[in-house]
Amino acid sequence: MKKKRVFLLVAILAVFGFSYADGYKIGDKANDFRLMNVDGKMISMSDYPDAKGFILMFSCNHCPYSVAYEDRKIALDKKFAPMGYPVIVINPNDSTIVPADSFSNMRIRAEQKQFPYPYLLDADQTVFQEYGATRTPHVFLLNREDGDLIVRYIGAIDNNHEDADAATERYVESAIQNLMEGNQPDPATTRAIGCTIKIKKS
Amino acid sequence: MLRLHIFIITTILLFSTAELSSQVKVYNFEQFKPLLHKSNDTTYVVNFWATWCVPCVKELPDFERINEMYKDGKFKMILVNLDFRRNLEDRVLPFMDQHQIKSEVLMLHEPDANKWIPQVYESWSGAIPATFIYNEKQGFRNFHEGSYTYDELNAIVEQIIIN
Repeated sequence: MKKKRVFLLVAILAVFGFSYADGYKIGDKANDFRLMNVDGKMISMSDYPDAKGFILMFSCNHCPYSVAYEDRKIALDKKFAPMGYPVIVINPNDSTIVPADSFSNMRIRAEQKQFPYPYLLDADQTVFQEYGATRTPHVFLLNREDGDLIVRYIGAIDNNHEDADAATERYVESAIQNLMEGNQPDPATTRAIGCTIKIKKS
Repeated sequence: MLRLHIFIITTILLFSTAELSSQVKVYNFEQFKPLLHKSNDTTYVVNFWATWCVPCVKELPDFERINEMYKDGKFKMILVNLDFRRNLEDRVLPFMDQHQIKSEVLMLHEPDANKWIPQVYESWSGAIPATFIYNEKQGFRNFHEGSYTYDELNAIVEQIIIN
């Protein structure tokens, strides 16, 4: 009887205990995408032949963590786009679950905050799954190496979501610094609290 | 007369806020960590949530139901709130009041998430909702990133408690 219970428990856990998306790991080659920007144009990374890499971020309108980092995303783009690492932000959320993340609301937010970077919609929700993003915001730092875009850092922007000035480690900035000096980012992955990505119910 | 009114209203507000605040203690990670390692035969359900997290709010009533059902036994529900510290008074407490939350709620305030997230559970990416269920004596540990339905959660708790 006891064995049966243990089996049941294992079965229960197997069904909904571990549903982990694999996604990219450090050193993997990142694929390009073609997604619509808030200005209606389709954007791919191949549109930036001179970029040394990308600060690719999965983020959205509604999540307070994403909002808390908005000004820091803008600052990152202003600082690093001229150095060859532009910011690209992708909203992975299904707007039937979170209406605040609809394309029209993305346009409104982009206008209000004058985002200097593309703000794209992952309309069929394939890009975030391929990358393995699990939350917003979630950064993937890509570095161009022999023509390929290689994932070199995955995680948070810095170590204090509530107060930018109180952050003692600026992960993305130091990762780019490391890459520009020919070194691998350390840490190469970090974790942060964030909002789960809202997946369309099939 | 008006002054007296303002005085009374202020007094009422002060007292009610103080009373509400006492429901939620703010922990840093070092203070919180022992709650993840209680070595007894109690089953702990530790749920990480925030008022702004839509799926968290959606599953809370089910967690409340489970708590109601098992709370008199060797069972402890801990709802770990991850709202911003500055929103404790203006969002978290009113939310708890409005939703009549009866399980224990604490606020975890520790900005350097990269340091503490892996100490909760190694595979947690940091997305919420997330729930850690454990019973040290039975050697049971399960971490789930994402929502639970009532049936899913109940099935797990029931199996541990029957053991």
